[in-house]
Amino acid sequence: MIIQTIAFYVFAAFVVGSAFMVISARNPVHSVLFLILAFFNSAGLFVLLGAEFLAMILVIVYVGAVAVLFLFVVMMLDINFVRLREGFLQYLPIGASVGLLLLVEMILVVGVLATSPDTVAVAAAPTPDITVVSNTEALGALLYTKYVYLFQSAGLILLVAMIGAIVLAHRVRPGVRKQSISAQVSRTRAEGVELKKVKTGDGI
Amino acid sequence: MADLWANYIVPGLWILLQVLVVVVPLLIAVAYFTWFERKVMAAMHLRMGPNVVGPWGLLQPFADAVKMFVKETILPTSANKIVFLIAPVLTFVLALVAWAVIPFGEGLVVSDINVGILYLFAISSLGVYGIIMAGWASNSRYAFLGALRSAAQMVSYEVSIGFVMITVLMVVGSLNLSDIVMAQQKVWFVIPLLPMAVVFFISALAETNRVPFDLPEAESELVAGYQVEYSAMTFGLLFMGENANLILMSGLTVILFLGGWLPPLDIAPFTWIPGPIWFLSKIVVMLFVFIWIRATFPRYRYDQLMRLGWKVFLPLSMFWVVLTGGVLIAFDLVP
Repeated sequence: MIIQTIAFYVFAAFVVGSAFMVISARNPVHSVLFLILAFFNSAGLFVLLGAEFLAMILVIVYVGAVAVLFLFVVMMLDINFVRLREGFLQYLPIGASVGLLLLVEMILVVGVLATSPDTVAVAAAPTPDITVVSNTEALGALLYTKYVYLFQSAGLILLVAMIGAIVLAHRVRPGVRKQSISAQVSRTRAEGVELKKVKTGDGI
Repeated sequence: MADLWANYIVPGLWILLQVLVVVVPLLIAVAYFTWFERKVMAAMHLRMGPNVVGPWGLLQPFADAVKMFVKETILPTSANKIVFLIAPVLTFVLALVAWAVIPFGEGLVVSDINVGILYLFAISSLGVYGIIMAGWASNSRYAFLGALRSAAQMVSYEVSIGFVMITVLMVVGSLNLSDIVMAQQKVWFVIPLLPMAVVFFISALAETNRVPFDLPEAESELVAGYQVEYSAMTFGLLFMGENANLILMSGLTVILFLGGWLPPLDIAPFTWIPGPIWFLSKIVVMLFVFIWIRATFPRYRYDQLMRLGWKVFLPLSMFWVVLTGGVLIAFDLVP
């Protein structure tokens, strides 16, 4: 147990520390790198909880895909760091109130779970014990049966968001010579090559 | 005190030993992969290849290693020093930790975790950070262009690799790599899932930035892409990480589609050879194919690379996921 406890405190300290660095680092690229460190350590916390599927999905989705795109965008930005720091204190009240709200809500959730045993029983009921099925299987069995409509509509919302982003950002530029693979492949010798008899001294 | 020994120190030492048993041969394999690659490419080009250091140039990898150690590590003045130094270390460490879940034979695995394949997928999706960080921290145009190309390329091909893995998982019914190998006892998955095996192999080429998808380090246009500012051992770590990733991808192809440590047929002359030898020889065959491709094909154009990933492989692999699921349900083959 000692090892687990030590590991928990190490991971937790790294999550909190790197989350703090995300908002306080001077360079936005460093912020994103610290964000990745925070994600990675939260995945470690999930592993300690025995939720290995969630841990791996967290790394694959957030670190492997989302954060790469963040990093991509941030690296391409041409930012004046001095000007970026100027408005820092101006946003402090909004940020602090959002943080406070999140903290209160989290306390409420934990408080409800801790004070009413019924809720715990209801929340824990649908999954069989960890010794019977692995948690990947348990999650799948729940997501694709009991919560299938919620799951599918979440997927649809993401799809709509993706298509919306593409529609908004895509513009058809005139004058772009785009490669048409089918036109290239369907070209025949007859239309590509023309044989001409050239008389000496006349040209074509 | 005896408790401390029995519970922590002895298991800790045992784990350390297992790690060394995997990592040391792996590093030697990485070194000899460079020799193998140069020899095979040379044979295909009708050249000699390395033949001076040791018999048949067999000591060449060690000569290269010594050279890398003794050269000076140059830090570009405008580079972001910390990120610049972390990047090769990250690449190298990620290439090594992935081997923790690779089964070399029945039960011969450092950590036989339930979500082995997801772990590998997660580690390979982290691999892109080494390259992005290297390219960005170098503060050089060539390096940055290489890093951007690489990031877009690896993210694109990871999607189809994910779908290929899902297809295999549906057939096996488990995320554990040993289970995946054991499910291939009757027939290797390369036969029923041939199109997926091809998609996986080509995506593996793109994921490891190998020819014909080596645009991130295209030496004729970007010098060496994200590695251009690296020297001595920092370069050595990037290079070794890349080659270890290549061996890992070969190993993964073998596990997913070529039956891992299983012999081709479960009859006498094949079963005499132990599992790990089958596994390693299959990896060597895959590596040979990687080198063969390098000596054969010219580089892809970048827009065609993206088209192949998003417009050909993604729809194809999604279609195969649906098809496999349908077939499994229709013929009642769900594991």
